[in-house]
Amino acid sequence: MNGFFDIPSDLQHSWTGLIGLHLREALLPVAAGLLLALPIAQLCVRFRRLYPPVLGVTTVLYAVPSLAFFVVLIDYTGQTELTVMIPLAVYGLVVLIPAIVDGVRSVPRETLAAATAMGFGPVRRYLQVQLPIAAPAIIAGLRVATASSISLVSVGALIGNQGALGNLLAAAQKYDRPELAVNAVLTMAVLAILCDAALVLLRTLLTPWMPRGTRERRAKPAVRRERPEPEGAVR
Amino acid sequence: MIRIDSVTKRYPDGTVAVDRLSLDVPDRSITVLVGPSGCGKTTTLRMINRMVEPTEGAILLDGEDVRRRPVTALRRSMGYVIQNAGLFPHRTIVDNIATVPRMLGWGRRRARERAAELMERVGLDTALAERYPYQLSGGQQQRVGVARALAADPPVLLMDEPFSAVDPVVRKGLQDELLRIQDELGKTIVFVTHDIDEAVKLGTMVAVLREGGRLAQYAPPAELLSAPADAFVEDFLGADRGIRRLSFLPSAALELTTDAVVPADAPAERIAAADARHLLVTDPEGRPLGWAEPGELTAGDIRTDRLLPPGRPFVPGTDSLRVALDCAVLSPTGWAVAVDADGRVTGVVSQQAIGEAIRAAHAVGRTDRAGVAP
Repeated sequence: MNGFFDIPSDLQHSWTGLIGLHLREALLPVAAGLLLALPIAQLCVRFRRLYPPVLGVTTVLYAVPSLAFFVVLIDYTGQTELTVMIPLAVYGLVVLIPAIVDGVRSVPRETLAAATAMGFGPVRRYLQVQLPIAAPAIIAGLRVATASSISLVSVGALIGNQGALGNLLAAAQKYDRPELAVNAVLTMAVLAILCDAALVLLRTLLTPWMPRGTRERRAKPAVRRERPEPEGAVR
Repeated sequence: MIRIDSVTKRYPDGTVAVDRLSLDVPDRSITVLVGPSGCGKTTTLRMINRMVEPTEGAILLDGEDVRRRPVTALRRSMGYVIQNAGLFPHRTIVDNIATVPRMLGWGRRRARERAAELMERVGLDTALAERYPYQLSGGQQQRVGVARALAADPPVLLMDEPFSAVDPVVRKGLQDELLRIQDELGKTIVFVTHDIDEAVKLGTMVAVLREGGRLAQYAPPAELLSAPADAFVEDFLGADRGIRRLSFLPSAALELTTDAVVPADAPAERIAAADARHLLVTDPEGRPLGWAEPGELTAGDIRTDRLLPPGRPFVPGTDSLRVALDCAVLSPTGWAVAVDADGRVTGVVSQQAIGEAIRAAHAVGRTDRAGVAP
């Protein structure tokens, strides 16, 4: 029986097992990348001169093909998940660092000055003002990093079956079962879309303070009219 | 009292932002720092709460060097209002206002109650409490900025061009509101602006700074307008400082005449007796209806639709000589109409009489100054 969800036994996982594995291999690197990117980005904001070289280094690292990355790392970390995840985390940096830097820089100067003048120390100011205001930009970066990470995990199939759903692509060739390749591609696409949707939802929940799309904006003047404030009219 | 004691701010590249500036900021009054851009007024303000540290000199708050107090505690004891309000876009209005009380350890409930109280004080509808800043107009945001600065009831308020980014109508409203709040609360306010009109309107004392951060003159606004220290100050005050100075002279001393005021139902002999080129006709309550030449008036049947408009009236005692003069200039007859608080005519006064009052006031000003001089 060669069913669509019938996974060859040498992969040692069911279809859902592969999904779990794939998510872990894709999302852990994004999380690690974020944890790494936050302090690096903060340094880049603090010391402006650092930003161009940091951006240069991450871009060069991004240009290294993933396969070459894996081959180098096999000497150190062997044919393991870690070998797949390290390059993915590094790739995440090239998207996340600029996203965080832009986000933190987008905090209005007056807001920052007001925070300082109200007696916010640097740490409190970062955690309570800069980071929350940068959240939309950071989440935008996370969306790109997540989607690319989910697709790149499959390359891990080339180093000892560490590609999770990507392994199905190899199996499809090996057992001449093209439906496995279709399964792999579709499942990865759906995963990417679902993760993206989750991040969009997260942003919506985190940023009730952002001006929303056109529908709500059109509703706003009506709200304003109910208060007879002269300023509402002159603005 | 805040004493700025020969303070200099020199940046590493050699630029001098503030140059040996000394000022005493009196308690419970508005002191305005005004000058062109690059005169160091914002730098001076920021040295008071240590957002900028002076290179030389010291700033004393009630006799104590501000550098001897922990910087965050110092800042939390001084309200700060900035251009464009600088609100936290990610916090609701009530949370914005409650920021400093929360940092000072107030309970959430108490801080929010305080915030609601302040919204009312600055003229904001408390229905806006749960909105976010983007949902407010520029003027409303600036009110929130003032409320936020007042939240922990600090004795000192630092205001850095707070009203310069809103349009003139809103700005005037905010200025009037600030004066009203100051009447109630009596804060020690240091106010930075580049707008000399704003400085003259708000300041108890006005410090005019020139480029390079040097003090050009430090005086009450009336003195600034009547006796600018040098050509720079005179130039900065603008061409109409003479007229603006009249804002500080009361109109109560103007000699009003009632000879030319006649009620609409006046008898013929009253109109005939009136010895004036124009007569002001009033309604039975004494409110002004309009002007007419004596020959045009028929006793008992005054055609009010033929009258010239009475023009804007002024209230002696409340309005300044500037308002009285303005009323006279705008009046079709050159006579200003004086009314009481209820709008009843108390008399009329000519441009000429106002001119004499101005000359008299100037003469008094000169003898006053001569008397003070050694």
